[in-house]
Formats: sequence, structure tokens, C-alpha cells
Amino acid sequence: MTDHLLEMRGIVRCFGAVRANDGIDLTVPRGQILGLLGENGSGKSTLMKVLFGMLPPHSGSITFKGRELSGHRPAEAMAAGLAMIHQHFMLIEAMSVVDNVMLGWAEAGRVLRRKAMAARIREASARFGLDLDPDAMVADLPLGRRQRIEILKAILRDADLLILDEPTSNLAPAEVAGLLGILRRLRAEGKGIVFITHKLPEVLDVCDEVAVLRAGKLAGRVPVAGVSRAALAEMMVGRDPTAPHAPDAAAPGAVRLGVSGLRGAGLDGIDFDLRGGEILGVAGVDGNGQLELADTLAGLRRPAAGRIALNGTDITGASVARRMAAGMAYIPADRARTSLVRAMPVAENFALRDSGRAPYGGTFWLHPKARRAHAAQLMAQHDVRAAGPSALVARLSGGNQQKIVVARELDRAPTVLVAHQATWGLDPGATRFVLDRVMALRNAGAAILYISSELDEVMAIGDRIAVLSGGRIAGVVARAQADLRQIGLWMAGQAA
Amino acid sequence: MDFLAATIRIATPLLLAALGGILSERAGVFAVGLEGMMLAGAFAAAVATWASGSDLVGIGAALAGGAVIGLLVALVAVRFRADQMVTGLSANIFAAGVTSYLLRANGGRAPSIHLDPLANWPVPWLADLPVLGPLLFNHPPLTYLAAAGCVALTWWLGRTQAGLTLRATGENPEAVFASGGNPARTRLLAVIACGAVAGLGGAVLSLQQVGTFTDNMTGGRGYLALASLIVGRWTPAGAAAACLVFGAADAFGLRLQTFGLPASSYVLQMAPYVIALAVLAGLGRSAKLPAAIGQSLE
Repeated sequence: MTDHLLEMRGIVRCFGAVRANDGIDLTVPRGQILGLLGENGSGKSTLMKVLFGMLPPHSGSITFKGRELSGHRPAEAMAAGLAMIHQHFMLIEAMSVVDNVMLGWAEAGRVLRRKAMAARIREASARFGLDLDPDAMVADLPLGRRQRIEILKAILRDADLLILDEPTSNLAPAEVAGLLGILRRLRAEGKGIVFITHKLPEVLDVCDEVAVLRAGKLAGRVPVAGVSRAALAEMMVGRDPTAPHAPDAAAPGAVRLGVSGLRGAGLDGIDFDLRGGEILGVAGVDGNGQLELADTLAGLRRPAAGRIALNGTDITGASVARRMAAGMAYIPADRARTSLVRAMPVAENFALRDSGRAPYGGTFWLHPKARRAHAAQLMAQHDVRAAGPSALVARLSGGNQQKIVVARELDRAPTVLVAHQATWGLDPGATRFVLDRVMALRNAGAAILYISSELDEVMAIGDRIAVLSGGRIAGVVARAQADLRQIGLWMAGQAA
Repeated sequence: MDFLAATIRIATPLLLAALGGILSERAGVFAVGLEGMMLAGAFAAAVATWASGSDLVGIGAALAGGAVIGLLVALVAVRFRADQMVTGLSANIFAAGVTSYLLRANGGRAPSIHLDPLANWPVPWLADLPVLGPLLFNHPPLTYLAAAGCVALTWWLGRTQAGLTLRATGENPEAVFASGGNPARTRLLAVIACGAVAGLGGAVLSLQQVGTFTDNMTGGRGYLALASLIVGRWTPAGAAAACLVFGAADAFGLRLQTFGLPASSYVLQMAPYVIALAVLAGLGRSAKLPAAIGQSLE
């Protein structure tokens, strides 16, 4: 009998020549929340897939509750008492909570005992403070509640070890607090929890210990008590990526982007002026008009009323092509749908918005050779990790896809950049890289609208901070005068 | 009275095919191949009954014949992840060709198959009720089977673990995999079962109504069944209602012809299809498809 719930020893898993897991040891005791920290590509996901039986390891052993697990499949891992809560929830949106819980659960019976199961859901929901109605449709629930369904499934199946893969990436701040409370209650019941993330504050808030992976190896394991954020970050990337940016206070230039009285679906009268050499950081809880504002400025949606001026010219009704020609660049939040064609190679994605311009092509012919050469150059400059310019975008990790969008938009040397969640899904190193590029663009005299729901980021990069709430700007403040309490009030919907 | 009886008669093969189609589409595979499955079922039922002299053997052969086309679609579209629409259409063309060929395989000439259509099974006592009796309780066996199948499928989809897994596979196969299921196997079995049930629909035509097999005798009924399951929003009861509406339109067309209206009979025969198009256009995007339909599995 070991005192560990889970013991992984010397796990090795290779993909071709890459050793994604290179001899990792990891143990999880009962009643502990272990943070698993690491950059994108550090081997966290691979390690958890090996544990869950989705990938076989090339060597190493796994012992769970004193029994050896090898050659297992997800179904057997679940039967043994492992539960995985994926970043993208494995739920059927068109079905009710109780149907989702019963799916694949032997105790629900071959002929489903819906009423009995609904009663058990109510009971567990009350005990752990999940606040779930068994008859609610998943599609009607906010993301935080959907995640609780996954946790509920694990609880009802008597899982002893819960693995949460980036559980906070889709949650609003209030929902994050609720999740952390639930995890503490599970810990008190003696469950083991592995909390995969690259967000440092959460690790310090909820975890007991942190294991840090770097380049497929265990870089260290420390108790959270007494460790600093900077020390963890340094362990993760080998340097401190969260150092403050200290933007230079260059004198702002002429007004590049003037917006007045902008209204439309989700927008309730927005006015601001954005000057050259300035970053206007837009904070706010997602869903308060961010997407609508960004899309309207970029020309993907038509406003119902209002005026948008780019370098003094009215572009309110202008096409996307005219906006681009006038110097606008756009980094949208939804890269997979709006800005990339995943089934096309990297080089063609670089040329997507500029195929009629040098070096990608002329008025009639495309220039494939020049395109490949330029793509290779951009990939090197922006550290896009792919097999080459002809690799398909769909094969790349989310972080590398985002780097393609950033590289493409910045390469056009825009005078105005609209960026929405530009660092979404990026690890701290890549985030730092993107922020540095955006700063450089600003220092070169461009005007930047930087919309993000990560308040830390907006505060770090913005010369002025605006807060969107209910489709209007609740308040604007210069960075030097920013007061977090006031910004919080604005975010909560209380006007200045 | 005759009109209502004709409506039920025309709706029966449509309903069986639509029930099969619901199995396939709720599991996430477009049921474009219904026409071919029906045709194979009709052929197998007629030939097997003719050769063996037993209706029961014929019905078994209809299940098997439809299932063969189902297996074909399942292998190509699920196992080898080909486009479901193209696979279904190809299966229909294949079924039309192969049944015509097999019919003439012995000596190059089609044998003349003459069968006694399945007799009515009046339900004791109930069949003697005025009005309702002849309308609802005096039908051949496969008609009762279609009605029972409608109830059974509703129950199975909603109340069993297997039915839940099938519906989940059509909505989010990844979630089924993550909860320990096997979405590929579910889809394979669903499409094969779809073929078998649609094959029964074909047997209604050859065995219960006409008493022989002729080339391409389904004549687009598979597509009409597909339309009715969509109009019926992928539920057995909804599909049954839609089948009755199409059946009524067809019966009404036949009725008008006997009055010697100056309209071409071909125009009148288009009635159910025109209604199907109109209803589909009216529903538009409001009809909610299973979310993962048409997507191949990773």
C-alpha cells in the first residue's frame, strides 16, 4: 500500500524525433490539489493523455490506487476512478443535464432510470454547491455551469482523481471563484486533483503544490506556500516573462481612428478618439460588446448608426478591402473561423489578405516562390513552429496559429490595429512576444485598440484604459491614474 | 373512407423507411441512401417469397437486402469517411443497377413473379367497430408493424442507454468517446439497422401492395421518406404525421384523376413532392439538424 493515489514513473512518449515526455515522474497524494504548470508544448497534455489511456507511453509505469495501469483505454481509466475534465467540454448541448450525466454511465441502467438519476444529481449538486438543475438544457447554461456538469459526472462516478485541463480559460472571474471553491470542497473529501494551467495567480490561489514541466521534463516541484509568482514563471520558461513593460510615454500624434455614436446589435453608443503612438486598452467581461465593436471597426458588421473615421476619412460604410488599403489591420478573437483557412498551408494563410500585393502576387498572377520565401522569413521572425511554409495550418497548435495571424497583420505595417484577445490560448512566453510586437508597432507611430478580457494584460499594455460594459464605454482613464477598484466597478456595470 | 384507407396504404412504406432514416440521421449519418435500401428490400422480399413460397422468408430477406445496402453505406461513409451525401446517392444508383441485373441474372430475361399480396389481418372485435374499425383495425401485417415500430422507436431513443448513446453520437461523437463509448461502432450499427428497416419499407411495396418486383419500383419514395423525417424533426411521431400528409396528397391526386380533370396525371403525381418542397422551404433553418450530422469521425 503506497500513500500515493497516483504514481507515474519515468514516463517517456515521443512523436517522431520529439520527446514530448522525457522521463517524467509525477505523484499525487489523496486530498491534494496539484498544479501542473508549463508552457504550450511543454508536455502537460501528452502526460495526461498517457495517464488517461488516450496515448500509450513508450516507457514508464503508472500505478493508481496501488494497482498498475498499462495498455488501458479511456473507458478502463474511468472505471478505475480517473476523471478528465477537458478544456472543451464533452457535453451534448441539445440535451438536458440528466441526459448528459446518464450517457455511458452503467448505473443509469440499460433502460434509463431518469427520475432516480435526477434525484442523485440534485443531492450531489446541493452537497458540493454546484447549483445544477437536472432538467436544464445544456445549451441554455453559461460555460461555468457546463463545467460543473463535467465535475458532477466525475463525482457521481466516484472518481478519486480529477484532472482539469485549463479549467478557467473559458470562465468569467466570478465563475472562477466558484470553481475554486468547489475544488476545495472536493479536496476536503479526500479526492486528488490535478489542475493544469499556465495562469500563475490561480496556481498560487488554490493549489497545495506545483509541478512545473519544461520541454518534456519535470523542471521542479514546490509547495505553493512561500513561492513567488516570478519564481514559478522563471521555472516554467527559464526566464521571467511577466516583467512589467513600462511603456514609454511618447507624445501621442494625430487622431488616427475617430469613432462617434456607434450603435448596432450589442453596441449602445460608443465614442472615442485614438491617436498615433497610443494604445487604448479595452477591458471588460466578455460579451459586453467587444466582439461587436471589433467586427464593426474591421468592417465585418454594419453599424446601425454612428461614424468611423480612419486617418480623417469616413470609412463607416467602406469594404474590408478599402479599410485595409487605408491602413487598418485586424486580429480577431476567433482565429479558427475569421482569420485563417485551416485546410490551407501556412504560406497561403500569410497571403490571404494580401494576395494581390507584393510580394504575394500582382493583379492577375500569384507569385508562389516569393510567397514561400516571405512566409519562411515571417515564420522565422515570429517563431512560428511548423514543418515549413507548406505545412497545413490545421496541424499547428493554437499558439502557432495565433502567431501566424499576428505576423500577417503586423507585417502590413498598419497605421491602425484593432486587436481582440490577441494572446488567447498563448503561454506566457508567446504572450510576452505578442505584447512586445504590439508595443513596437505603437512606438513606430501606429494607433492600437487592444481589446482583452485579461485585465492584467490591458493594464500592462494600455496607455489609456477603457472599460466596455453593456455595449458602451463605462469609463476611460489614463494608465497612470488607473484605480483597480474603479475599473472593477465599471466592469460590473456602474457608470462613472 | 376509401380516401383515408388509401392515405394509410401509401404512408406505410414511407413510414418504415423514415423510421430507418431516423436511426441513421440521429446517429449522425445522412440517410440519402434510403431509396436504394428500400429498393433492395423490395427486390429481396419478392424474389425470396417467390422462390420459397413463404412470406416470412420474404420479410427476412427484405431485412437482409436493405441491411446489405446499409452495410455498404456504413463501410464507405463511416469506416472510410467518404462524403455521406455522395455515398448515399451512389448507393441508390448501385441498388437500382444491381436489382435490375439480378432480376435477369438467370438467362437474361426477367422472370414473371406473381405473388398474392399479404392479406389483411382484421383485429378481432375492434375491426367490427363502425367507421374506425375498417380504417384502423383492418390492415395487412406490415402496416401494424410500421405503427408499432413508431412507438417502439420513440421509447428506445428516449428511454434506453443505447438510444441515448445513438442520439449523443449524432450530436457530439467526441463526448461519447470521452464517456467510454465507441461512436464509430454506434454509427456502423445504426446505418445497417437503417438499411434493414428501410428494406421492410420496400417489402411493403413488393410483398404487401403489388405482389411483384419491377425495375426501380420505389420510384422516389425513399427521398420522400427522407423529406418526411426532416419535416417531422427527426422524431418517429413527427415523421409519421408527415408521411400521412404526403400519403393524403398522393391519394388526393389519384382521386382527382378518376374525376377526369383536364390536368395531366403526371402533374397530379407531383403533388406530394411539391408539398414536401413547400414545407421544407417553410421550415427553413428552423428545423434543427443533429449537430454532428455529416461530420466524419476523427
